[in-house]
Amino acid sequence: MKKSFKILLDLLLLLALVLAPLYLSAYNLSLLGRFLAMAILSLGLCMVWGWGGILSLGQGVFWGLGAYVLAMHLKLVGLAPGDMPDFMMWSGLDHIPGWWTIFRHPSLAFAGIFLVPTVAAAGLAWLVFNRRVSGVYFALITQALALAFATLLISQQAYTGGFNGLTDFGTLLGHSIVDPGFQRAMYWITLAALVAAFLFCQWISQSNFGKILLAIRDGESRIRFLGYNPATYKTLAFAIGGTFAGVSGALYILHVGVISPAMVGVVPSIEMVIAVAVGGRASFTGVVLGTLLVNFGKDLISSAFPELWQFGMGLMFILVVTALPQGLAGLPELWAGFRPRFRKRTMQEIADQPN
Amino acid sequence: MGNSAIVVGQIFNGVSVASILLLTALGLALSFGLMHVINMAHGEMLMVGGYLTYLTCRIVHNPYAFLLALLVAFAGSALLGALLEVTVIRWLYGRPLDTLLATWGVSLILQQGARSIFGAIGNEVVAPPWLSSSISLNHGPLAGLSLPYVRIFIVLLTIAVFGLLLLFIARTRWGLYLRAVHQDREMAQALGVNTKWVDLVVFAVGTGVAGLAGAALALIAPVTPTVGQSYVVYAFMVVIVGGLGSLLGTAIAALLIGLFSASVQMFTSISLADVLLLVMVIVFIQFRPRGIIFKRSRIMKEA
Repeated sequence: MKKSFKILLDLLLLLALVLAPLYLSAYNLSLLGRFLAMAILSLGLCMVWGWGGILSLGQGVFWGLGAYVLAMHLKLVGLAPGDMPDFMMWSGLDHIPGWWTIFRHPSLAFAGIFLVPTVAAAGLAWLVFNRRVSGVYFALITQALALAFATLLISQQAYTGGFNGLTDFGTLLGHSIVDPGFQRAMYWITLAALVAAFLFCQWISQSNFGKILLAIRDGESRIRFLGYNPATYKTLAFAIGGTFAGVSGALYILHVGVISPAMVGVVPSIEMVIAVAVGGRASFTGVVLGTLLVNFGKDLISSAFPELWQFGMGLMFILVVTALPQGLAGLPELWAGFRPRFRKRTMQEIADQPN
Repeated sequence: MGNSAIVVGQIFNGVSVASILLLTALGLALSFGLMHVINMAHGEMLMVGGYLTYLTCRIVHNPYAFLLALLVAFAGSALLGALLEVTVIRWLYGRPLDTLLATWGVSLILQQGARSIFGAIGNEVVAPPWLSSSISLNHGPLAGLSLPYVRIFIVLLTIAVFGLLLLFIARTRWGLYLRAVHQDREMAQALGVNTKWVDLVVFAVGTGVAGLAGAALALIAPVTPTVGQSYVVYAFMVVIVGGLGSLLGTAIAALLIGLFSASVQMFTSISLADVLLLVMVIVFIQFRPRGIIFKRSRIMKEA
């Protein structure tokens, strides 16, 4: 595909998103807002999986870390002085633990949204990649991480709100979260964050870092022989994926007003991956579109026929991976591959053909 | 009940959990070693085995129906595994991460299928009378210890299956093919081994053994559509710790992980045991990134 055509496509998509408040109902706009937040995570996965070749089945963990940090801040701000969250009282705690209260200040909470998931992702990635463990092993370890994270959140009722998670948020920086004006502003903020993330990815893909990442994906040993340490690059890529996931989670809960362990476990984590696979794992535009499509599709189908959604998602996994590994973004290329068969051959081509 | 009785009881529990883990992980380790493929629908083979056991015990009213159910569970899961290999896995050869995703899709479909047919609530399999009592010690240092026959049966079953599998690999023609393909796929092919058939047979045997694990599990817990999912993540950890395609390593790893979970649960909760297990696995690969037992090779593998 020509580059200018690609940019035109991106701009058209952006225009459609900017004009969305004009043509979408309030309900659909709020859905679009949260799916745009998810698209930020997908961009991170695109970097990690599409470019780095690292499949993460535990992206929900980093998403959840960002979301829980912001949720803790929101809970703390809503409290009267000397008060504590209700679930802590029920569980018999007599004071709010220290690692909660540091997120009372907005700037620390915002720093936490970026830092906590990034450090967690970088730490895990370094420990694993440095020992040259990768591929299937890494995917399985991240899945175990998602399972452990969700069970830990459920079991630590006194500190995390347990199965119900955290909800009933009051205000962010003095603005009520349920206020329609705030929700409208959130749409713009989310869209702006997505555009920033998109441009960042474009920049990375042009940089040396992006090229080495691709080279690692296509032949890790070769790059090692050339004198690079793949672990460093893969760790950095995974950390970026973690940051994106954390920001995505924080924005997401501002749209929905709740975070619970059911949103971060094994199944949500793998749903994040399928959205990226459908869109096309290595195409930034593709993964944004794929995330919107899969999530709107899920909303439509699962509210009407919940059973059908499970079957549909299962089939989607199988079909996309076997028949369309490049996702929707691979369609133009697939088409271009078909076309010559229908095109009339030139005399020269016929002459060149060996008998 | 004395303290030592509790400890011994818990260790015994750990061993019986490890048995089911081992039965689950054997198939994973076999196909991972041979084809470098992880089957995410492996847990659902366990589930299918469980439901087949449930159905057999409902239809056949005989104290020994459970033994028949074991056969049915093995055959049913093996057939399903063969079908999966032919329809999905064969087409994704050399793309391990994509296989992971495609088989996850299969597992979603199987889970939802089970939910539509049997409902989300668990179905109980009543242990036959000859398995329903237990060995109880009333005196001595271990007074109060009681070992249920069911769990003893599971441990014995696992030992038998493990032994048969080792014999299969060491003594039969197909075992010879398996070892040849494991060592060098291209060379085996060049010497006339039909590697497609070897892949198919080994995969089917692996899923069949997972079906046996499901049958065994049905004796101690109700069969639910998600029963496989909850076990298979531990089985993955067993494969990672055990090493690439080594059955002995898999056995040691299953025992380690089963005993670790059981003993940690004595001091903390189940959920903390999960977290500690993951930490242990990550610490473990710092020292032995290729697992407990692995064969040195000069082949550069990217998988």
